[in-house]
Amino acid sequence: MRDRSFAPSRILIYLIVTLFAAAYLAPLVVVVLNSLRTNEEIAQSSMIGWPQHLAWSNYALAWSGFCVAETCAGIRPYMLNSALITIPATVISTLLGAIAGYAVALWRFRGDNWIYGIVTLGLFLPQQMRLLPWTIVLRDIGLINTLTGLVLIHTIQGLSFTVLFCRNYYVAIPHELIRAARVDGAGFFRIFWRIILPLSSPILIVTVIWQFTHIWNEFLYGVTFTTGQQQPVTAALIALSAAVADIPQHGVQSAAVIVAALPTLLIYLFGGRYFVRGLTAGAVK
Amino acid sequence: MVRRLPEFLMIWVPLLLSAAHLISFSIWTIWISFTPSTLVPVSGWVGLRNYNAVLASRNWQIAFDNLLLFGIAFVLLSLITGLLLAILLDQRIRGENVLRTIFLYPLAVSFVVTGTVWSWLLNPGIGIEKLVHDLGWTAFRFDWLVNRDMAIWTIVIAAIWQSSGFAMALFLAGLRSVDADIIKAAQIDGAGPFRTYRRVILPTLWPITITVVVVQLQFAISAFDLVRALTNGGPGIATQLPALVVYDLMFQRSQLGRGAAAAVLMLLILLAVLLPYAAWRYVQRRQATHA
Repeated sequence: MRDRSFAPSRILIYLIVTLFAAAYLAPLVVVVLNSLRTNEEIAQSSMIGWPQHLAWSNYALAWSGFCVAETCAGIRPYMLNSALITIPATVISTLLGAIAGYAVALWRFRGDNWIYGIVTLGLFLPQQMRLLPWTIVLRDIGLINTLTGLVLIHTIQGLSFTVLFCRNYYVAIPHELIRAARVDGAGFFRIFWRIILPLSSPILIVTVIWQFTHIWNEFLYGVTFTTGQQQPVTAALIALSAAVADIPQHGVQSAAVIVAALPTLLIYLFGGRYFVRGLTAGAVK
Repeated sequence: MVRRLPEFLMIWVPLLLSAAHLISFSIWTIWISFTPSTLVPVSGWVGLRNYNAVLASRNWQIAFDNLLLFGIAFVLLSLITGLLLAILLDQRIRGENVLRTIFLYPLAVSFVVTGTVWSWLLNPGIGIEKLVHDLGWTAFRFDWLVNRDMAIWTIVIAAIWQSSGFAMALFLAGLRSVDADIIKAAQIDGAGPFRTYRRVILPTLWPITITVVVVQLQFAISAFDLVRALTNGGPGIATQLPALVVYDLMFQRSQLGRGAAAAVLMLLILLAVLLPYAAWRYVQRRQATHA
């Protein structure tokens, strides 16, 4: 059944996958084309159409020109906010997750199973259960409406994922390796830097991609805990569509959407292969 | 002891912070749900009053009905789409890598972007309906986005587009891990492709199917960004979902007690899905270790 001949059934298979591929690509193609059409052109016809002449100015406006609320600086400041939230939170939560995952998997200590079990509960607890407490905590420590506050939230909440990913990866490392190193006098961190970390690239790639896309795409905390100039780009996009509801500017908006989605799309295009491999390896086992 | 300080800081502080915030935040939200808190958290005890108020509200009832319909339709359709795509890609077709990338890329995009883009495509004034009208077929109607009865289906469409690739990836991995000898044996016994799939290959996919269902249901229950960007709960409150009700009560109506009660109700709905799954996993593990 898995032959490469060109029977009619195979032509049908190609036809169906091509149709599906077109349906999955269509929204992206529509937005890219619209980002190159002028607002007037879109208003005269529909969102679906070929650009008559390429309006690159949409990108310039989207990046640093159009207005959200009273500020007219485009999405550049919000992109910067998202980067300043996502990069530290991803790096810190991944590093701490790797160390903690290594400790839980290979360096047994009292109560390790209990605390690991509680930490993984974080995968399931809805964000809505943590919204009010975070509001209070951020206010009390003076981090409400700051990027640092969001970094803190994403780092702590991200640990549930990073500890789980890393622990599941590290339990497969032979304990003898650790035991031998300990006999030779190596301590906790020496073993981590010298033995564990060099073996970790597959799981670190998965963890970094997961954390980066999730934190970059996160919306609820961003919109709840920040306002105005402190917002991440997801929250700014919603504010933008509200702002242009009266005078539609779909060309500029499309360009903004593309720019906002670009970092995670690029990460996925370059790292997606490793990500799927790691993801499916964990799920199929 | 001093020598072990960095170790203590790097292992215990993050783990304890994570565990402590999960437990204390949950208990705190549950506690608030039993207090008369409105604009600010206050102590006191009102029993189930907040729960009764939420459950009696039209907003919650519509949100719950929508969740049932959205959850079931979205999970079933994304399973079917994902399985179909996985089976098609499993036929050793050319360009498999490119196709897999195409089916998976929506996963990388935020729900805000997905919701925004689909709100344009589905908007009768500027989207698909307008395009067909401009092509000359003026009787064509596709106004689900602004139609009270159909608007929830626009969320189903966007959600399937976004995450059926996830189901496909897992199913494809499952199909590829089926023992080639078993397939060969079935073929030698004279089974055609359909029979081989139905009798030999698909039954091995049960564990993956259940994982996919649980993950997708979890997403459906906490869906917020997608709806916020696509319909914002409208028209009227026709596409209201529990996550939007919680946000509305907490931050727009300043009803902290009720908002917390709605959040706890969301947790209960989630537990209704997760506890049977956890029990099933537990039984599976025990069977695996005893076998």
